[in-house]
Amino acid sequence: MEVISDIIGIVFTYVLVSNVILTQFLGLCPFIGVSKNTESAVGMGFAVTFVITLATLFTWMLYNWLLVPAGLEYLKVISFILVIASLVQFVEMFVKKNSPSLYKALGIYLPLITTNCAVMGIALLVVEVEKLSLFNSVLAGFSAGIGFLVAILLMSAIREQLEIEWVPKGLKGTPIAFISAGLMAMAFMAFDKALLMNLVG
Amino acid sequence: MNIVLGILFAIISIGILGALLGALLSFASEKLKVEEDERVKNLEAILPQYNCGACGYSGCSGYADAVINGGEEINKCTPGGESLLVSISALLGVEATNKERMVAQVHCRGGQETSKDQYNYDGIKDCNAKYQLYSGDKLCKFGCLGDGSCINVCPVNAISYDEDNLVWVDKDKCVGCEKCVDICPTNVMKMIPYTADYIVACSSQEKGKDVKNKCSVGCIACSICVRKFPEAGFVVDKNLSSVDYTIKSDRTAVSEACPVKCIIHPYKEK
Repeated sequence: MEVISDIIGIVFTYVLVSNVILTQFLGLCPFIGVSKNTESAVGMGFAVTFVITLATLFTWMLYNWLLVPAGLEYLKVISFILVIASLVQFVEMFVKKNSPSLYKALGIYLPLITTNCAVMGIALLVVEVEKLSLFNSVLAGFSAGIGFLVAILLMSAIREQLEIEWVPKGLKGTPIAFISAGLMAMAFMAFDKALLMNLVG
Repeated sequence: MNIVLGILFAIISIGILGALLGALLSFASEKLKVEEDERVKNLEAILPQYNCGACGYSGCSGYADAVINGGEEINKCTPGGESLLVSISALLGVEATNKERMVAQVHCRGGQETSKDQYNYDGIKDCNAKYQLYSGDKLCKFGCLGDGSCINVCPVNAISYDEDNLVWVDKDKCVGCEKCVDICPTNVMKMIPYTADYIVACSSQEKGKDVKNKCSVGCIACSICVRKFPEAGFVVDKNLSSVDYTIKSDRTAVSEACPVKCIIHPYKEK
């Protein structure tokens, strides 16, 4: 029971309560840059999910099995960058070789997020601040990716509609996108820890 | 001294980590190298890159792959036309017969002046959205809704409004990808041969009397074009005249004889 409520708690926290974009304001660059149409937004969302999940797995192992025993915790930022960047490169090559169709769907987005702050932020958060176990870290990473996917998908739907609505000239394009993102962030404030407590006890 | 050791230790560990990852990546780039077919690449390079899907494949790269590896015909690329066919033949050493070049045109000339409205539309500027509302604002259910969904979808900007807000396809720019045909809710966008000299610019299948009540330039199926000019290749079916383009003939006289003047050139006269 303990495990299940843990899982629910982590998923709920990272998808909704501390949504990587709308609550923690990480990864705004792809959020604004790639949310112009739903198709690319979905591609980007899945690529981010994929990368964050893998990155949390590897950075957790690096941090807890290498850096902590060697007393090198202060090198976490630079070593995480190294590991995440080369990991994404490696995965890109691997996918290109073994699954051309997956490469077509995700390939162009992968290099864009090699050193994205959302990936880095979640990795640092789960291994250092929250100190989760390996499984929970990977789950948290996956949930954060899904949170990103949800946010960018909603955003792309809003922006597709904004394209055909009348918008004041000075706000056309990115400004109105930021205003919408701000309103979405306010709406996401409804999901908070108290709600979570009531749900899982 | 301790500080110096600490710094050295940090430098060395990061150095080792970096070297390991670098070695892994360079190893992987050798091991996981993807052999790309040069022929596919070369063929893709000469395709027009509209990714319009007229060939039936997901894009130019999909078509190039199908031609090289799937034995697909080389004349499926309508946008490329004859010149592309020549260059593909030269590249692959395959002969292929050309298909006749087809272009799209709007088969409706009902505008603000000529065609009556059933209500005033004030929604978003999109034909399919307008069509949801009582099949559009025109009384005629077969006409061009004029909100330019075809203009937005055209990959080569061949479609535009004229001064009367009627939609025209520029046949020289049109690459025949049929995207506009697919998106048009009332199906007034139809494919005609590039060489077509006249079209029947109406799509209404209603009875002549009903057409007359709704629009002054609609085909009333009077059959003058069929009876008076049997050699011109006109056919009246479902209360609508159409041209059989396999019959080559001069249709200027027919155009003049049409009482509602809906047999017109498929291009805007300058």
